[in-house]
Amino acid sequence: MRKMASNILPNTKMSFSARMNNTWAEMKKNKVSYMFLAPYAIIFTIFTIVPVLTSIGLSFTYYNILEPPKWIGFQNYINLLLDDEVFLIALENTFVFAAITGPIGYFAALFFAWMINELPPKIRAIMVVIFYAPTISGQAYIVWNTLFSGDAYGYINGMLIQLGIIYEPIQWLTDPAYMKTAAIIVVLWMSLGTGFLAFVAGLQGIDNTLYEAGYVDGVQNRWQELWYITLPSMKPQLLFGAVMSITSSFAIHEVLVPLVGFPSTDYAAHTIVSHLVDYGNIRFEMGYASAIATLLFIAMVGTNQIVQRLIRKVGS
Amino acid sequence: MAKTKVKARRRKPNRSLGGDITNIVILVLFGLFFAMPLIYAISNAFKPLDEIFLFPPRFFVRNPSLENFQDLFILMQQSWVPFSRYILNTVFITAVGTVGHVIVASMAAYVLAKHKFPGRVLFFNIVVLSLMFSYHVTAIPSYLTMSFLGWIDTYYAIIVPQLAYSLGLFLMKQFMEQIPDSLLEAARIDGASEFRVFWQIAMPTVKPAWLTLVIFVFQNLWNTTGGTYIYREELKTLPYALQQILAGGIARAGVAAAVALLMMSVPITLFIITQSNIIQTMTTSGIKE
Repeated sequence: MRKMASNILPNTKMSFSARMNNTWAEMKKNKVSYMFLAPYAIIFTIFTIVPVLTSIGLSFTYYNILEPPKWIGFQNYINLLLDDEVFLIALENTFVFAAITGPIGYFAALFFAWMINELPPKIRAIMVVIFYAPTISGQAYIVWNTLFSGDAYGYINGMLIQLGIIYEPIQWLTDPAYMKTAAIIVVLWMSLGTGFLAFVAGLQGIDNTLYEAGYVDGVQNRWQELWYITLPSMKPQLLFGAVMSITSSFAIHEVLVPLVGFPSTDYAAHTIVSHLVDYGNIRFEMGYASAIATLLFIAMVGTNQIVQRLIRKVGS
Repeated sequence: MAKTKVKARRRKPNRSLGGDITNIVILVLFGLFFAMPLIYAISNAFKPLDEIFLFPPRFFVRNPSLENFQDLFILMQQSWVPFSRYILNTVFITAVGTVGHVIVASMAAYVLAKHKFPGRVLFFNIVVLSLMFSYHVTAIPSYLTMSFLGWIDTYYAIIVPQLAYSLGLFLMKQFMEQIPDSLLEAARIDGASEFRVFWQIAMPTVKPAWLTLVIFVFQNLWNTTGGTYIYREELKTLPYALQQILAGGIARAGVAAAVALLMMSVPITLFIITQSNIIQTMTTSGIKE
């Protein structure tokens, strides 16, 4: 009986050195696996893990790039949360942006990928290209500046005036009351990115025999098929898309610069990343910027935990 | 029996006609909305200067001309380093980086998805979490690392970090997970080495995944300016050289529109090729257990 227990739960019964030996033996047995992993792991460690850990370390220092960093403990975090009013505005804006553009962008990507998948193959490829156009055409979102232009000649103002809905032009991009809405529209328009393409590829990989079995089992329509067959078969892609939505919706910044300016009027569209870029690239307060990045990281990791748990329930 | 035969031509028998029509109508409406930047970019590139500065602005071109492209080619010829050099540099970086990344990331993703060994879950989680750390603040530590390695002013600084781009491993691992184990086991029983199983069984099965990945990496590298790492003029990239031309000011607005169109036309062409390939492969062979 005792012997069995130690077999089932080796870790609880073995000494530390025995356990290490065990792991080592296990690792030697998997030599091939490590060889496959090694090129990636080495490069990743040097060029991603080391810089990220260094940044987290710098968040506990005062570092202005010119002088060596000075250790100041949690002072950056205390200043951020208690003394920095702009950070609190940025925090609120970021959560508003993320809460709206994250889920809507995610479901739009999934929905359009699925609808496109219903089309005949040749048209499908063309439609994917069209829907991905805002992402692949670089800075093309500047086209929105013409549409949202604040004078009566801006397309949206012009149209609303002609329809008699408004009588004078609205300053879409400089009036704090409208800025966020305008930004959200543009971000959503650009949200068919990495996640969308992963969904397109994932939908292509689903085994057709599953669908054939579905017809026999009485799957009535496309909605049932989506929930009972399609979505459960592409869970890995759903998880991937969710992480991509979180990382992009919490990190909105580049799109905002040409659109509402940097910084925006009254910081009405200032996000955490805007704040970070302000301190890191303009004021050269790298310690403070690193603290902002670390807090943002924690917020994303927390959201990710919740979302991943939800996705695992799909189709059940 | 006759009824099922007639319907067999349609891919999916449980689809209503009304649903199909609604589907197409929605896609066309939203398609126009999403195609806007493409149409605008094409239209802008052919606008003569007076139309670009027209007030109120106009979305479509009225008198299309090739003026902007001609101006661009004249400016290119005045360049101090022959312009073809910049093009060659960018093509080299993009080709090596894209192929290298797809291979390195897929190999790692393959063992993370299909082998069981100590540390694999931990490693994968770290890669996914790394996507959530803002790259703005890692720029300085990265620069110090490059400088320590003596890689400043070499292409290593641009290509090597790209080989271990986190997104690629994550994407490939998610698709590799779906390969049936029986497929790989069958090849192993036939005596194939692990590398052959990876290269000849796993990779062809996840072709849609790596064709998608090619797009992501290509876009990154194609648009890279060399940033803080490249200083020698003969090593600079195409986007950098074009930026310099555009720095000529407001008078170059027409040239800027031509540049924007030319720069995006390459990734878009590649995108069309890969997308039609994804769809072709999967209609002939699905992943079959």
